[in-house]
Amino acid sequence: MSGTEFSQQVINGLSLGAFYALIALGYTMVYGVLRFINFAHGDVFMLGAFSGYYLTPRIMPHFQNAMAPVGVAIVLLGTMCICAIIGMTIERLAYRPLRKQPKLTVLITAIGVSLFLEYGGQFVFGPDPKSFPQQFDPEHPVPLVVDRALENTGALTITTTQVAAFAVTIFLLLALTFIVKKTRLGRAMRAVSNNATAAQLMGVNIDTVISFTFGLGSALAGAAGILYSLSYPSIDPLMGLLPGVKAFVAAVLGGIGNIPGAAVGGIVLGIVETFVGGSQFSTYRDAIAFALLILILLFRPSGLFGRAQVEKV
Amino acid sequence: MKEIMKSLFCILFGFTAITSLCAQDIVIGEFASLTGSEATFGINSSNGVELAKQEINNAGGVLGRKIKTVIEDDQSKPGQPSSAVKKLIASDKAIAIVGEIASSRSLEAAPICQEAKIPMVSPGSTNPRVTEVGDYIFRVCFIDPFQGTVMAKFALDNLKAKKVAILTDVRNDYSVGLTKYFKEYFTSHGGQVAVERSFSGGGTDKDFRAQLTSIKAAQPDAIFVPGYYTEAGLIAKQARSLGIKVPLMGGDGWDSPKLSEIGGSAMDGCFFSTHFSPQDTNPKVQDFVKKYREKFNAMPDGMAPLGYDAMMILADCIKTAGTTDAAKVREALTNVKDYEGVTGKITIDNKRNANKSAVVLKVNGRQNDYVATIAP
Repeated sequence: MSGTEFSQQVINGLSLGAFYALIALGYTMVYGVLRFINFAHGDVFMLGAFSGYYLTPRIMPHFQNAMAPVGVAIVLLGTMCICAIIGMTIERLAYRPLRKQPKLTVLITAIGVSLFLEYGGQFVFGPDPKSFPQQFDPEHPVPLVVDRALENTGALTITTTQVAAFAVTIFLLLALTFIVKKTRLGRAMRAVSNNATAAQLMGVNIDTVISFTFGLGSALAGAAGILYSLSYPSIDPLMGLLPGVKAFVAAVLGGIGNIPGAAVGGIVLGIVETFVGGSQFSTYRDAIAFALLILILLFRPSGLFGRAQVEKV
Repeated sequence: MKEIMKSLFCILFGFTAITSLCAQDIVIGEFASLTGSEATFGINSSNGVELAKQEINNAGGVLGRKIKTVIEDDQSKPGQPSSAVKKLIASDKAIAIVGEIASSRSLEAAPICQEAKIPMVSPGSTNPRVTEVGDYIFRVCFIDPFQGTVMAKFALDNLKAKKVAILTDVRNDYSVGLTKYFKEYFTSHGGQVAVERSFSGGGTDKDFRAQLTSIKAAQPDAIFVPGYYTEAGLIAKQARSLGIKVPLMGGDGWDSPKLSEIGGSAMDGCFFSTHFSPQDTNPKVQDFVKKYREKFNAMPDGMAPLGYDAMMILADCIKTAGTTDAAKVREALTNVKDYEGVTGKITIDNKRNANKSAVVLKVNGRQNDYVATIAP
């Protein structure tokens, strides 16, 4: 493998990992607060992609040329709001009534919600893959971001959408850390995570905090959905399934519940997958990638950044 | 109460007697991927079947009876075809089955048809193993050893390629088969396969940059991507963004209007082999294109005329057999010779495959330009 090929694969791996990281952030945050894995997260990601699909042709034509970044911001924020509302609605209707029930009940409900969104999506959007608004698409002549290679780096290529994905991931990671560490709501989230009953006794409104957590996590999934479909412009109602599973693995790898851990887990998974995929063992890409993850977890059961917790009986 | 039961029973009995006296419709079962990642395959081939059925019935049907088709959607998913075909045979009483385009799914249904001794005619499954399942399984398209050879020949003679890269969908029997036959011909005729990589299709993989980066490093003259259209579009897009400028080549799995919709301008100048070109001036083809456009308001791709030909040949064979008896219809299918179909002159050989030529098309925006016809 030559130097250029190696560097190109690192770029490929980082950009793939950025997507996993972005989805993993939402997983890990909900888990951190509620100790509950929201399996419908990947499907909120899918809804984000579709919301971008429908918003772009309605918003982008009003923001041409120099104004384009404003349009992009509106589509991105609009999608994040839509997904946040969806996430909070799911929590209110499906998870809140079960909060006092055993964890397993909620987990199974989450799988049910996931299937509902997937097949409901097939019914509403149609089951065939759709092409996300991009250049040279006569049906949607105005793309959100023009995906083109930035050629000035010599033999290496990096595309605008890859840069955008990476930048947005880093920005959201920082924003999220700020919210959790520095704001009142963030402190309340940490309190609920630590001990929900005690937090409630101290006057923290648990319902608001949990609702906010779901909204924030779903907004992240929505942003990921848009960025993902910019890079891979074929979207369908089942598209959330595999990225969802991989992001979940990334979150576990980084130490579930740990925000920087999710980001690092995503990047590690992306890079491992890319290097296996680029070798002659590409047939076994997922097998080798997941075998490596199992190995890492054997030596660090609580993930790269997770703290081992003593179960109090 | 007893009286009511008695009269009900009489009505029911009378009803069954009447329906069995009237000429019943001939039921042909069809399973197709109407939804899912290869939805255009199923939709367009069953449009072709529908068009053929309508023509046959307008002309008075077969053996004085109308043809009725029952369609089951297999959602482009493994596992679905077997239950669909079981239902078609057991509860709809289909006397013959038409389906599928994707070889993996035809391979799943074929053993069931073979065991039930119901003739199955695949419109577009090109993997040779499909008809090897048994003597009740037929197809009206060419097979991959031929299709792989066509593209290898095309790469050597028309593109003057010396060195190619291959990117195979390992989850797909069709793709693995095409790679094998392409490689055999290409390497035995002076070509060299510089690098081989693989991926998982069917909507599983969407990022191919890792494979493409190592392909780029090998500097091939062309890249053979024998997959389906959803992945081919994404692969072309990512290849171009990585600065790969050589043409991509594929098989009939690319033949879908969605190909250039997903791939955009990245697909331009790429080549694929398929069964038919709507630009063919043959009056039979032009007549089909006209009728198809009138009915469905769209240009037919390669799968539509295959569905049409499969249905037409099946109806023809029922006519020749003079009965809907499965064994007799099967017998008639083995004797199809020089049938003038929309997709060319069809002769069913002793391995129950159709012997016919392939066309190579070049992607050019939303339409595909005819490049060459390659005879067997």
